[in-house]
Amino acid sequence: MRLRMRSAIALAAMLSLAACATTGATDTEAEGPAPFESTYAPRASTPTLIRNATVFDGNGAELANSDVLMRDGRIAAVGQNLSAEGATVIDGTGRFVTPGIIDAHSHLGVYPSPSINATSDGNELTQPNTAEVWAEHSVWPQDPGFLRAVAGGITTLHVLPGSGNLFGGRGTTLRPVLGATTVQEMKFPGAPQSLKMACGENPARVYGTRNTSPATGMGNVAGYRQAFANAARYARRAQNAAEGNGEPPDRDLEMETLAGVINGDIILQWHCYRADEMANAIQVAHEFEFEIAAFHHAVEAYKISDLLREEGICSAMWADWWGFKIEAYDGIRENIAFVDAAGACAIVHSDSEVGIQRLNQEAAKAMADGRRAGLEITRGQVWTWLSRNPARALHIDNETGTLEVGRRADVVIWSADPLSSYGVAERVFIDGALMYERGVEREPPSDFELGQTYMRERAQ
Amino acid sequence: MRTLAFLLLAAAALSTPAAAETILINNGRIVTNGAGGIIENGDVLIVDGRISAVGANIATPRGARVVEANGNFVTPGAFAAMSEVGLSEISGSGAPNDADVEGDLISAAADAGRAFNPSVTAIPVTRIEGVTRAAIAPSASGSIFDGRGALVSMNGDADSVFRERAFMVVELGEAGAGRTGGSRAALWPAFEAALRDAREYPARYRSGQGGAVLNEIDAQALQPFARGQGFFLVHIESAADIRRLLRFKRANPSLRFVIHGGAEAWQVADELAAANIPVIVDPLSNLPDRFERLSARLDNAALLNQAGVRFAIAPAPGTVDAHQARLVLQLAGNAVANGLPWDAAFAAVSRGPAEIFGATNLGRLERNYLADVVIWDGDPLQVTSAPTAVFIEGREQPLTSRQTQLRDRYNPRNRSR
Repeated sequence: MRLRMRSAIALAAMLSLAACATTGATDTEAEGPAPFESTYAPRASTPTLIRNATVFDGNGAELANSDVLMRDGRIAAVGQNLSAEGATVIDGTGRFVTPGIIDAHSHLGVYPSPSINATSDGNELTQPNTAEVWAEHSVWPQDPGFLRAVAGGITTLHVLPGSGNLFGGRGTTLRPVLGATTVQEMKFPGAPQSLKMACGENPARVYGTRNTSPATGMGNVAGYRQAFANAARYARRAQNAAEGNGEPPDRDLEMETLAGVINGDIILQWHCYRADEMANAIQVAHEFEFEIAAFHHAVEAYKISDLLREEGICSAMWADWWGFKIEAYDGIRENIAFVDAAGACAIVHSDSEVGIQRLNQEAAKAMADGRRAGLEITRGQVWTWLSRNPARALHIDNETGTLEVGRRADVVIWSADPLSSYGVAERVFIDGALMYERGVEREPPSDFELGQTYMRERAQ
Repeated sequence: MRTLAFLLLAAAALSTPAAAETILINNGRIVTNGAGGIIENGDVLIVDGRISAVGANIATPRGARVVEANGNFVTPGAFAAMSEVGLSEISGSGAPNDADVEGDLISAAADAGRAFNPSVTAIPVTRIEGVTRAAIAPSASGSIFDGRGALVSMNGDADSVFRERAFMVVELGEAGAGRTGGSRAALWPAFEAALRDAREYPARYRSGQGGAVLNEIDAQALQPFARGQGFFLVHIESAADIRRLLRFKRANPSLRFVIHGGAEAWQVADELAAANIPVIVDPLSNLPDRFERLSARLDNAALLNQAGVRFAIAPAPGTVDAHQARLVLQLAGNAVANGLPWDAAFAAVSRGPAEIFGATNLGRLERNYLADVVIWDGDPLQVTSAPTAVFIEGREQPLTSRQTQLRDRYNPRNRSR
């Protein structure tokens, strides 16, 4: 690990207005809640004991004939022959129990259904650096995609701006909960925001055709470096001012985001396909002393898996997407398994309102192809790609992603092995509260769907 | 003369070298896709590129190569009911993409079969996962007609287009409305006018009158379809649009239609069955992402099957691509997860497309069918399964692709660490 300028609590305080919801205790007077802070509250839950299931604990283990107890919204116990007075007991025989899937790359809410011009809200394509915008301000909580994602076993998702800009803006980690009418009610408490950056073809295409920079890969890198050089100066002035030296800079929302990356309050999620471009991105991170949480898409991560392990950077990948553009030409089905085999952090992501509904199948494909390539991969290990590793990349691994006692009870009961085509989520719990039950249609998934003709026909 | 005769014989032999091979696939779980159902511990005999016999305990002919299936699934090759495979190497990035026909010089006349390239790397990528045939179509944007589709083999041979101009793609939903001034109110009159232009080709063009909506080239291309020779592959999704098509079909019984999309087809399943209009559905289409499919649902295929609608499974219009035709088996597996019986799901990516597209010698393991045969290491509709052998017309295909070469180059097991 490299040295990083992490000291400045005062700077964090100064920036906390715009930075994340992390409640860094400060020496300043109480300011009240930060704007846009999470108002998420776990839904009411009853103690629930799942008995005698096959359990993937999300931390790499598979436990046969095991029980999982959820109480007060948290994992209370995992083991055999558990009992709990007053708990709702679910027979898990023949079923599989896992931590909820965490999608580190979604555009639900910012590119919601229905998809029309007015709802295409995820790319602020007005200049290559829009670090000042926040995806959460585009999220439409009524996107019917949220509950469909839950039906696929999703309990947490990270919603990002698009990749048309070098700096797309801030991403947000959400709970896809029923009945939320504001995005604040969905925000994962304490989860840091991210900054979405983009390598490669997308920004160069968007701006090159406008005859402005960046038009090329080299323009992309120059754009990153100049912006971080400016942000480093901004962050220094802010810190000096906080220490009583000189005036603070005028507030600049774009600079606040980049300074947040430099001081570590905002985690960096970087869209990057090619191995050489990821290596260049790592050089930029070294030059300006910030960390990259994950490369997203990372179609060529398998070519630099050792470098990614050494740098501690996760790769959020598809199982088999390839060929839709030249930077995706070298996609192979073993990418995820090879990254994992190198000891680097592998994540299965969707970037798709369809794919998010069955990330377990994508992981299954990667497992099977990795095994055919000669790797030994256990099912328990595979589930780390779906829950623990994305939790790490989103800096929420102390809260969710595994079935460790004390973690949030984000739990899925599957009808059969979820690493297959046929295993489906039967029950999905978020913070111990039943959020989805297969075959039980409680109410229309979202306000948008309420009263549509087909909802009547469906009920017949 | 003897030399010449020898050369001719040699040439003939070269043109069908491996097809002459006699192969006995021994002891498989044979999915016949026909009257034989699934035969446990069955054998498949391939002679001259065709299925010669299917059943239990077939005697090994002299000289036959025996391939052991070890009780594993043996199935007909999968048939991607819609793909753009072979129409580009890279579909985006400004790379040449023959699936996209821009401008209004050519629309109905666009001809996928004449753009198909059997050498693209996507073809081995596709066939090593058990897909041996595909229907391909262009996407022309100059009118409501996308152009003419073709049927292709995944064998990579020069002659792998096995049916040209097999169907005409027409947009009669939201996308079509977008090409007729933004409204369905103009879409159907435009479609009818185009059919008139085509039926009256060449007279009205030679007379100098010209077409009402079509240029001469497109009218000529549309003519056989407007006369019921060949079918229209109609992109529609909503129940309302499907009902309009059903009414139009009643008024024009000689025209033939297949629906591609049909996310709301479950609402009109009985009518579709009665009209014998097949539907190519996407079992993953369950989002109200367009106003024409607000009631898309995961069990669409299961409901169509229950109602007796003929159907196949492929990606929805707008998501068809050049690289992932292999995923039709995953689509079918998801239909099973949502209530479709396994046999019907597998048929929907093999026999069903063959029948819908009129390739009547494909899609079954029965005598005289073309020997597109796949041996699997598991249930072919399971995402974790893969072929261990793929035969196209009796010729065994190498299980290699550009992707497997990249895999082998970077496999951590092959590198010294």
